[in-house]
Amino acid sequence: MFDFGIWTSWIHTQLTSLMPEGLAIFLECVAVGICLLLLYVVIAIIMIYMERKVCAAFQCRLGPMRVGPWGSIQVICDVFKMLTKEIITIRHSDKFLYNLAPYLVILASVLAFACIPVSRGLEILDFNVGVMFFMAASSIGVVGILLAGWSSNNKFSLIGAMRSGAQMISYELSIGISILTVIVLTDTMQFSEIVMRQADGWFIFKGHIPAVIAFIIYLIAGNAEVNRGPFDLPEAESELTAGYHTEYSGMHFGLFYVAEFVNLFIVSSIAATIFLGGWMPLHIPGLDGFNAVMDAIPGFIWFFAKAFFVVWLLMWIKWTFPRLRIDQILTLEWKYLVPIGLANLLLMVIVVVFKLHF
Amino acid sequence: MSNYIKGLFHGIGTLLTGMKVTWKEYFTKKITEQYPENRATLKMNERFCGELTMPHDENGDNRCIACGLCQMACPNGSIRITSEMVEDPETGKKKKRLVKYEYDLGSCMFCHLCVNACPHDAIRFSTSFEHAVFTRSKLVKTLNRQ
Amino acid sequence: MKERIAAIEPSAVWADAGDGMFRVPVSSFRNLAERLRNEEGFDFLRSLTGVDWGEEGLGCVYHLENTSTGENIVLGTSDPDRENASLPSVHDLWKAAGLNEREAYDFFGIKFIGHPDLRRLYLRDDWKGYPLRKDYDESLNPLNMENEEANDESPSYVMTKDGSYILKRHPLFEDQEYVINIGPQHPATHGVLRFRVSLEGEIIKKLDVHCGYIHRGIEKLCESMTYPQTLGFTDRLDYLGAMQNRHALCMCIEKALGLEVSERVQYIRTIMDELQRIDSHLLFIACLSQDMGALEVFFLGFRDREKVLDILEQTTGGRLIQTYNRIGGVQADIHPGFVKKVKEFISYMRPKLQEYHDIFTDNVIVRQRLTGTGILSREDAVSFGTTGGTGRASGWACDVRKRHPYAMYGKVDFKEIVLENGDCFDRYMVRVKEIEESMKIIEQLIDNIPEGEFLTRTKPVIKLPEGSWYSAVEGSRGEFGVYIESRGDKSPYRMKFRSTGLPLVSCIETISKEAKIADLIAIGGTLDYVVPDIDR
Repeated sequence: MFDFGIWTSWIHTQLTSLMPEGLAIFLECVAVGICLLLLYVVIAIIMIYMERKVCAAFQCRLGPMRVGPWGSIQVICDVFKMLTKEIITIRHSDKFLYNLAPYLVILASVLAFACIPVSRGLEILDFNVGVMFFMAASSIGVVGILLAGWSSNNKFSLIGAMRSGAQMISYELSIGISILTVIVLTDTMQFSEIVMRQADGWFIFKGHIPAVIAFIIYLIAGNAEVNRGPFDLPEAESELTAGYHTEYSGMHFGLFYVAEFVNLFIVSSIAATIFLGGWMPLHIPGLDGFNAVMDAIPGFIWFFAKAFFVVWLLMWIKWTFPRLRIDQILTLEWKYLVPIGLANLLLMVIVVVFKLHF
Repeated sequence: MSNYIKGLFHGIGTLLTGMKVTWKEYFTKKITEQYPENRATLKMNERFCGELTMPHDENGDNRCIACGLCQMACPNGSIRITSEMVEDPETGKKKKRLVKYEYDLGSCMFCHLCVNACPHDAIRFSTSFEHAVFTRSKLVKTLNRQ
Repeated sequence: MKERIAAIEPSAVWADAGDGMFRVPVSSFRNLAERLRNEEGFDFLRSLTGVDWGEEGLGCVYHLENTSTGENIVLGTSDPDRENASLPSVHDLWKAAGLNEREAYDFFGIKFIGHPDLRRLYLRDDWKGYPLRKDYDESLNPLNMENEEANDESPSYVMTKDGSYILKRHPLFEDQEYVINIGPQHPATHGVLRFRVSLEGEIIKKLDVHCGYIHRGIEKLCESMTYPQTLGFTDRLDYLGAMQNRHALCMCIEKALGLEVSERVQYIRTIMDELQRIDSHLLFIACLSQDMGALEVFFLGFRDREKVLDILEQTTGGRLIQTYNRIGGVQADIHPGFVKKVKEFISYMRPKLQEYHDIFTDNVIVRQRLTGTGILSREDAVSFGTTGGTGRASGWACDVRKRHPYAMYGKVDFKEIVLENGDCFDRYMVRVKEIEESMKIIEQLIDNIPEGEFLTRTKPVIKLPEGSWYSAVEGSRGEFGVYIESRGDKSPYRMKFRSTGLPLVSCIETISKEAKIADLIAIGGTLDYVVPDIDR
């Protein structure tokens, strides 16, 4: 597997030969930041396009078809439209918090996005408690949503925000437990390490039953965490019109919108990383020819393929099921996912202690 | 406890059944009508009532005798008939003749009363449906050819 | 019947014109109503119609039915004092009177003594005069560009000991209440209906309905139209029951004229009504699922509904507004391809219904959300007059097709779907099962359409004799009735449409108390009201 670390360290040596190390690191940080944001936007655009096409296909429709071949430029045009729209200020709203909220949401999203190991050597934030950092960073988002709901001076927004608070904080627990289940198996919290340990088999295969259960719990909880159907209560359009972002317009709304889609991607890519081997290719022991072909495919393609597969899975779920009610969402979490997750964690510990995994 | 587990598996089962349906729909033929592109193949039902028209024969004559029954039957006043009295050069009798048959598509509610009232089948509904215009005054149409 | 009424209230006079009614003096009306309700078992107020009888004053016509025996009775009462017309309220006897009396107050200015909340129902609070009175001056209300002040008080007239009455005002909501507006522009109200909901967290404590955002005054318009012209409006009431609505009006006029329509017409009308019902119920499933967030079913519903619309369009030339029924028959004979297409549709639809069950009915989330929410008891259903699927889900066999068979319904074999629980899920199931019953009815008729005229010619100018008539059909969402009062002219003196949606809306407050907002959406979805039909 190609290691992008060679490139990055080569660039680093070139830069340090030209300038003092501090300046070089600063320049590298700026460059990485720009690349990150660019990737963020590109992912968002791809996600929105994919959402529209996939949901259309599930609903016997064609989706966008007019702008560009198969409507491919549609989303880019929508982004420009969003950028040119006026940002409305609301009377009697808390102006400072109102304007701050979308940035908090996007901040959480970008921080979490930076944790994803795209390919070998292409990790941006990668340290020994990476999983911990990821969970902490992604939880900031709920603060932004609560602020948005509170500061809009709109009762619908407030209800949406309160729902979102209850829901996101609850489901954080299940995400944590299911990730913990995998960590028991790997004994590391560093994302790059987690991927490396799947070289001889993805964790969903290695950890068999408890890993599969953890994967399912993670998918459900992750779906709820990003407020997507059937857990889209905070913005349940038939009840609360648009929930916490009812009063936002223009790019402020755009930030919520983009963050929602990239969060979906983040959740999926984390699922791909810790359960489906990240950028590790699929290997079947004994089939060397097949394995060699798989190895020839670059790691980042593996990664994106897996991540988008999980995204597609979540879209399939979203476009099939009706929305739950707030008490049912909490029942699902506290009476089903958490106990099952805890039992599953115990099962995983037993599996690891008695070396029952592959 | 057994209810809990039974309920859990039953729930998952129903969810999977639902997903099976969407899976099937994912691959069925899409039903979107790509409207402006499919104009050539788009066929309206022959009875579709799009707007009121006055058919003219090959000489450019219509069958309207300007009796005004349609105007009277119309609940919305969408029809306005202007007529004049002309003397028939052969018989010398005075006869009503249609000058202008104005029809306001904007206030028509397609109730068919005018068509039903017409004693000579001079008006009927056509199947055209592309009525969009920029100003409302363009919806007031003159049906007879002058 | 006449003897029984005479025994209770000797002052009631039988008026024979048309269907006939008992005219009761206003002083003894309340007594008669109470005894009819409590002793004779007339528990269903089918329709309440305000009428301006000119010299005889302003009054109301009450259509009552005994749901256990099926007896019907029509009462009329009026107060000759036009300036200060007042009638005793019967809202405590029949809950259906609640909103209907507000409507009569709104249009005629009749004060209902004892009504707890006598606000205007449709018009703005600052409307001057009462528009359906015959002496109403149109110039009083020029186009008003000002915003309407929100009126947060509900007036009520209370009788005092000396026979006069005083006006009392109660606030609708307290200051501390968390009141949110749902509607008039809201994705889940199926049109421009507005609820004001007082919440405690997510739980609904109080609910107040505002109607009238698309009130068009159709009843007033009808009074200046000829009978054929009034037909055009019926398609625009409940637009998902256009066929049935028009059927009701045609039936009523034909009854008044004594006009017999041919058997062929009866067959066609019955088939069309049932096609319309399938269309409406498919849309119901689609919209309910959309309200609950399952967009997949929404599109499936619309896709299948399109097939019905294609059939309707082929014969009638319209998809939503069909303008098909006419006085004495139908607009045009069925299309040559009609029979084949209908059969194709039925064989297409049967397996599709299973798809709905797979993805929606049996889904655990749907079950959880619909079962046990918004329970409407049978008693309340009868009292509110919530006919149609809503009533039948509560265990009330209220199908007009069975109660007062019309067209071919007496001769076809079909089951009236009656369920017990009265919750959202039963309301949903009733309609899904009714699709099957409708297909059964169509199958029985489609091969046997007899030859004959599709239109019985009438006189060019249709004049109804003096009198009053009421006829009802089973619309897509309940009993749709037409009340015509004629003075022998070519246009009606008073024409009233019994809305199928108004009772459905009036019962929302009762059944959504202590439910959650999400339940309110499900309740609204399963009640299946259509706003243009409420507002008329």
